[in-house]
Amino acid sequence: MTSPIFDRVRSIAADVLQAPASQITRESSTETIGSWDSVHHLNLILALEQEFDTQFDPEEIDKMTSIQRIVEAVENKVKPG
Amino acid sequence: MNIAELRQEIERLIAGGESAAASRTLSELWAQDASASSASFVVARFEELRDKLHLRAYRLAILRSYTVEPMVPLLRAAAFLAGIDLTVQLSEFNAYVQEIVDSASRLYTFQPDAVILAVQTRDIAPDLWRDFAQKTVEQTQTSGSRVVTDFRSWVRNFRSHSQSHLIVQNLEQPVTAARGLVDGQSSHSQHEAIERINRELLGLATENNGVYVLDYDALVARHGRLHWHDERKWLTVRLPMAAQNTHHLVREWMRFLHPLTGKVAKALVVDLDNTLWGGVIGEDGMAGIKLSGEYPGAAYQELQRALLELHHRGILLAICSKNNPEDAQEALRNHPGMLLAPKHFAALRINWIDKAQNLRDIAKELNIGVDSLAFLDDNPIERQQVRSQLPEVCVIDLPSDPMAFARIVRETPVFERLTLSAEDRQRGTYYQAQREREKLEQTITSRDDFYRSLNQEAEIAPLTRATLARVSQLANKTNQFNLTSKRYTEAQLWEMVASGKFQCFSLRVKDRFGDNGLVGVAITKSAEGACEIDTLLMSCRVIGRTVETAFLSFLAADARERGAKRLEGWFLPTKKNAPAKDFYSSHGFNKVKEENDGSQWTLDLTSESLPCPEWVRLNVLNGDSQ
Repeated sequence: MTSPIFDRVRSIAADVLQAPASQITRESSTETIGSWDSVHHLNLILALEQEFDTQFDPEEIDKMTSIQRIVEAVENKVKPG
Repeated sequence: MNIAELRQEIERLIAGGESAAASRTLSELWAQDASASSASFVVARFEELRDKLHLRAYRLAILRSYTVEPMVPLLRAAAFLAGIDLTVQLSEFNAYVQEIVDSASRLYTFQPDAVILAVQTRDIAPDLWRDFAQKTVEQTQTSGSRVVTDFRSWVRNFRSHSQSHLIVQNLEQPVTAARGLVDGQSSHSQHEAIERINRELLGLATENNGVYVLDYDALVARHGRLHWHDERKWLTVRLPMAAQNTHHLVREWMRFLHPLTGKVAKALVVDLDNTLWGGVIGEDGMAGIKLSGEYPGAAYQELQRALLELHHRGILLAICSKNNPEDAQEALRNHPGMLLAPKHFAALRINWIDKAQNLRDIAKELNIGVDSLAFLDDNPIERQQVRSQLPEVCVIDLPSDPMAFARIVRETPVFERLTLSAEDRQRGTYYQAQREREKLEQTITSRDDFYRSLNQEAEIAPLTRATLARVSQLANKTNQFNLTSKRYTEAQLWEMVASGKFQCFSLRVKDRFGDNGLVGVAITKSAEGACEIDTLLMSCRVIGRTVETAFLSFLAADARERGAKRLEGWFLPTKKNAPAKDFYSSHGFNKVKEENDGSQWTLDLTSESLPCPEWVRLNVLNGDSQ
């Protein structure tokens, strides 16, 4: 299943990690994407914060190591109420 | 087009090999969405296009005490869009001192064109930041002096290993002073202690060629101290600013990169109706247009003030307007709200011809390339037309609110310069004198009579401290009458002359209409009976009046005095230096070599003479080299 949030996350991750969007799935992670090192992680987090107009806590940032986990973290932030 | 459509269009253009159109569409995307993810997209696409575009390669090293990694893609994207292919190297965290001091460090092996030193008050002067309240006056003064001594020794060390440009970010003030209100009542305030260091940094920059201050404190203040920082980002990832402010620091870096890479505009062409004044002069008339010190005319007056500032910084102003010339001239001359006057404009095109054609004519009249023009017009259709027909022109986008016009002009980085010479301040009047010269030329029929009537004097002097900035400026921006187009920084020039291996001469031309200023540079190198012309260039505004022959005749005489038997030089063709193509052949030089990059020419000094034209008076000064 795809959701708008997943699509937006995938598009940003594709840009920042310089990987083809078609190869990015929910299961993609720091383990499977070679360019996803600590520098790119920081750049990715900042790009996500900008896109979704939010701020992540350091504890969250450390855990956002796969696309699935990022989508969940974003959903937590943008969920109404 | 929205962002997704623009991206698809860009991919399509790249796949179809339409590089220039792809590059323009990337600008459009960036104008709509300068986000971090767009930056990565823009960089990746330009990396595919770089070989097909004429980009200026430039190497930048950043020495830093904090995280700048997120700024790098933003900076490279902005640079690509300005025509600069930027390679960036970051120092290790807080390893900047070792990298500066060690001549074998990766800083120097990288061979940067420019280096940014980015350290902040809290790292380098903790006594003046967090711990200020508990320190005595003596202690804080000692700390301040230590910081200044450190900076001095870094700059000295840097200069002994590298001739690159060095940009030093100054130190920011805290959001609130450690002693609260009392700080503002004391001459030994925290503010003053930090300010003192910044004043010393300014001194360092003025004493050392090619060293500049980036006013980081003013940058933070401009965007609001309270909103600059994000304590969480600092504590977790050592990023000393909120994510959105990374863009502001990148923009500030770009303001330096434009003049450093020569990506600058020499002239700004402006529209009249709804740009220089509110309303349409042909319809609203003198009494109807909005232009005064009060709302709403004040917005236009403020734009005129910004343009006047550019005029005094040596940026030429020109007008391109669709109007009846009489209506427009009446307003330019006689409207009481005008801050600008006809004398401030170096060229006027008030007609109904399309603007792209007018811009080409203006460039020709001012003797500059079309890529040296910037264009300011409130009408988005005119802007689009110029963009598509003359992509090399810097088109400035204006919003619908005229209150923002002046700020946007002031923030446009193609008008930035790192030094301001006496010539820059006078440039507008040089062009006025030029118009009078042309009038004279039309009334006199014989060319020799015209030359004689000009009463020209060529003043030639060795390079001095006083002329160094202007000489380097000419070496870096003269494109047309330039035989080798070698670019030298101030520090490199000074080093070449100090080595004793090179001679560097400047040329100043005066005539009956006034002083043209310092307009020519020659660098020669003598060895084994031959004197080689390493660099010979002249500003186009004096070309064609035989002073170039006078300058060459001086170089021949100087070479002879140094014992040379031959005067040699290369002509290295570029896209722009066709005006210099026949210079050697027309002065009796023989071609000795033809290679891919250019041709080598020689003049036998023992048999050939190279007289100075009788109507140019040579005045050779023996300035001492300090």
